[in-house]
Amino acid sequence: MLAQRLSSPFFFRNLPALLMMTIVLPLLAGCGYNTIPTAEESAKAAWSQVLNQYQRRADLIPNLVETVKGYAAHEKDTLDAVVEARAKATQVTVTPETLSDPEAVKRFQDSQAGLTSALSRLLAVVENYPDLKANQNFLALQAQLEGTENRIAVARRDYIEAVREYNLTLRTFPSVIWATLWFRGNQPFANFTIEEDKMQTPKVDFGTNTTQGG
Amino acid sequence: MTRRAICPPGSGHFAATVGAALAAMAVLLVGFTALAAELPVLTGRVVDNAGIIDAATEAALTRKLADFEAKSSDQIVVATVPSLDGEEIEPYANRLFRAWKLGQAGEDNGVLLLVANNDRKMRIEVGYGLEGTLTDLHTRLIIENDMVPAFRAGDFSGGIAKAVDDMVMVLQGNPEELEARGTRNPADSNSVDPIVALFIIVWAMLFLGGLAMAFLPPIFGTKLSPGVYKWLGMTFRYGQRSGCYGQRSGSASSGGVWTTGTGSGWSSGRSGGGWSSGGGGGGFSGGGGSSGGGGSSGSW
Repeated sequence: MLAQRLSSPFFFRNLPALLMMTIVLPLLAGCGYNTIPTAEESAKAAWSQVLNQYQRRADLIPNLVETVKGYAAHEKDTLDAVVEARAKATQVTVTPETLSDPEAVKRFQDSQAGLTSALSRLLAVVENYPDLKANQNFLALQAQLEGTENRIAVARRDYIEAVREYNLTLRTFPSVIWATLWFRGNQPFANFTIEEDKMQTPKVDFGTNTTQGG
Repeated sequence: MTRRAICPPGSGHFAATVGAALAAMAVLLVGFTALAAELPVLTGRVVDNAGIIDAATEAALTRKLADFEAKSSDQIVVATVPSLDGEEIEPYANRLFRAWKLGQAGEDNGVLLLVANNDRKMRIEVGYGLEGTLTDLHTRLIIENDMVPAFRAGDFSGGIAKAVDDMVMVLQGNPEELEARGTRNPADSNSVDPIVALFIIVWAMLFLGGLAMAFLPPIFGTKLSPGVYKWLGMTFRYGQRSGCYGQRSGSASSGGVWTTGTGSGWSSGRSGGGWSSGGGGGGFSGGGGSSGGGGSSGSW
């Protein structure tokens, strides 16, 4: 029955269309029509993961501040700086749609870097309070914070790699053909730059067993 | 280049050029493999490249971890390296974890316990899927309470064995979830379901065979008369006057078509079966999981 239908004149009249669908369309995909959207979506997904991890850090901070307050209430300046930096950092968000705007990404990066430095000042101050360092709640928060910083580092690395691949598809042959023919609206995404505080020499810490993640 | 290849004195140059190009490629390849060889090879569940675990402990750990994977599908791997070559342990552990693909695909339930002997650092890297069970705090407590004191006393085997015991204990802490994960990922889950494979083979056979029969004979075959083509020793008839099948004269040819069709279909089916069983064979390998940097690090 199938064969009869296949060999019917109707089939032959539509043969060019069928050939088009069965051969040309897969070839189109094979030629890399899908390359750019695929790379774009994976870069956006990687960015969402970056946001996710930064959000996780921001969620940990109120608990951390409360815990530290209980032991070191007169370190008000450091604590306020953290709270302020957190408020600033949560205000600046970059949606996947604005990833191609280098200014927006730069603002986001700066606000998060501000929070990072405020946090590291707070954790340095904490070294002066042995009671606080022995507190179970603080230990748990510190472990989570370190883990989150490391997750942020991993997510940023993944994002950098995903953006590199996406930007490559927009600029290299053969996918550049599709970029000029079809995806004219696609702009390269902005990537992370190395922050100033990362360029400084790392601090040497002989006091603790655990090292700072990320 | 073809011109050069033809004339004898030029061909020497050509060969030299080709030789140089091949040499350059070989150098590049060697360079790449050298870069890739930076990470240790996954030889088993305990990869003791630093040589700090004694043989009895290594055997016991391997058995324990294999048993645990059989029950829960969680892949725990212990790795020791002599040196990190100046890299931080966190990115190194993450790179190693991802290169080894620990944990089942989609489940990401792997754990890597990494010890860098000369750097005096250790890290427990937890896959995405276990971050909620084996939390950062758990890993930190395991490092600080099990490993650091033992390592300071020089007892690497004891510290690692204790850490593995505690990790297994934490992962077993939620038995229902463990059971569920184990049944979701049975031991040989990476083989293709035979019914699905059979369905795909039959479908591909019908679709591609029909398609090929529809338009390949007119292109590649010899034309006997209008609408009748001879190809691969078979006669194909097109047009409404006589269908390809069902006609008295076409029965023999259609029989030929179908036997070759099934023959090729089954042979490809066999190779498909071989491929799927090839995935599960051999020694220990990662299940395709990934990690996002969970866990914690320590030093002694």
